Amino acid sequence: MSFRLSYRADPGNPWFSWQYVRDNSETVLNALREHTTLTLRAVLIAALIAIPLAVVAYWFRPLTGPILALTGVLYTVPSLALFAFIAPYLGIGVATVLSVVVLYALLVIVRNTVAGLNQVPAEVREAAEGMGYGRWGRLLRIELPLAVPGILTGLRLATVSTVALVTVGVVIGRGGLGQIIFAGFQNNLYKAQIMTGTLLCVLLALVLDLLLIGAGRLLTPWLRGRAG
Amino acid sequence: MNPVSQAVVWLNDPLNWTNPGGILDRLGEHVSISATAVLLGCLVAWPLGLWLGHTGRGGGLVVLVSNLTLAVPTLALLTILPLTFLGFGRPAVVVALAVFAVPPLLANAYTGVRQVDAQTREAARGMGMTGAQVLRRVELPLAVPYLAAGFRTAAVQVVATAALATFVNGGGLGEIIRFGFGLSIAVGGGQILAGGLLVAGLAVSVELIFALVERLVTPRPLRRARHRAGRRAADAVTGS
Repeated sequence: MSFRLSYRADPGNPWFSWQYVRDNSETVLNALREHTTLTLRAVLIAALIAIPLAVVAYWFRPLTGPILALTGVLYTVPSLALFAFIAPYLGIGVATVLSVVVLYALLVIVRNTVAGLNQVPAEVREAAEGMGYGRWGRLLRIELPLAVPGILTGLRLATVSTVALVTVGVVIGRGGLGQIIFAGFQNNLYKAQIMTGTLLCVLLALVLDLLLIGAGRLLTPWLRGRAG
Repeated sequence: MNPVSQAVVWLNDPLNWTNPGGILDRLGEHVSISATAVLLGCLVAWPLGLWLGHTGRGGGLVVLVSNLTLAVPTLALLTILPLTFLGFGRPAVVVALAVFAVPPLLANAYTGVRQVDAQTREAARGMGMTGAQVLRRVELPLAVPYLAAGFRTAAVQVVATAALATFVNGGGLGEIIRFGFGLSIAVGGGQILAGGLLVAGLAVSVELIFALVERLVTPRPLRRARHRAGRRAADAVTGS
């Protein structure tokens, strides 16, 4: 009980303080900027690798199992261990953080893209074939557009988890907002600093998620008006 | 000397294993923290998930919980919880890890009960079973494969996340990696890599062990459907 009282009577360490945000706006904004660019670059690179990989898995059925298994194993390896594997070779820098988060985002995007491609109805595929579409024409004009909802689910999950994962980069001093959170912890448990970093992280994830939902609505006009 | 041979040298030094704060100490901390966290998660998530699944309500809540925990960084939770009444130390770390164990456990318990054939449930009712009896004697046994799949996912996730406890001085194998980084890559490269190998090895072994356990606790007639169950359970976790 005495502990609770002492914790309440501690006016010097509030959970949130505008004073802190104002005084450190430059540091906070820099961290936010670093976090955002890291996330966007990571998701973009992951998508550029994962979507072709998913198409390969879709075209050559025997490869689906191995591709999903390989990305699955990468996903089982703890993030800190991945940092430990990559840092001795790529050094302490953005490249290391970027490679780790890209490897993690791969699985989610590959799996959802494969699922999206697989749910293209067989009749649609046959109709496209009957109209004379070749393999590439069918992929680009029919199958990928119809798989957009699946791809988008993958991108959304990848983005949200990447925002959270970038914070682990503190281990090499490149954690974006994680840097703020960790500094707050080392700074005699400065609550305002920790909360500012955390809230910005969650907010960033939310904003990016909403942007992707918006992009999805623009890309799939035929789904609008349907429930959900 | 390249990092790999440095790591081999580091791992071959017996003192690195037996010293206070050596590999064996850290491994013990890692396993005990993770086990406590998973048990705590089970105590909260399984009754709730089974009950929600039994009543058929709260599907939205399950999705909401898993989405929320996806967005909150582990590091944030690990640093925030010591500031609350839990205080600085192991309880805060265990609770933080348990929070991350809840979504897979909850989602799988919920899905496991929901997927029970409606006719089976009605037959049980027709036999005169009460709601609690239906849950305990019909739905629970049929949900075991899902519970086991959820347990495996949660255990692997917690073991992986426990490596981050080092940031709040919570112990575990992550300490080895962070000490290595503290020494700079040129000096500690071998230790960093060795720590990474230990953490990854532990996570993969936990995955393999519980895959075996999952197979053993699944009644034979349900085994063929196991693969499908695992996939659907995984989908329930990722929210797709």
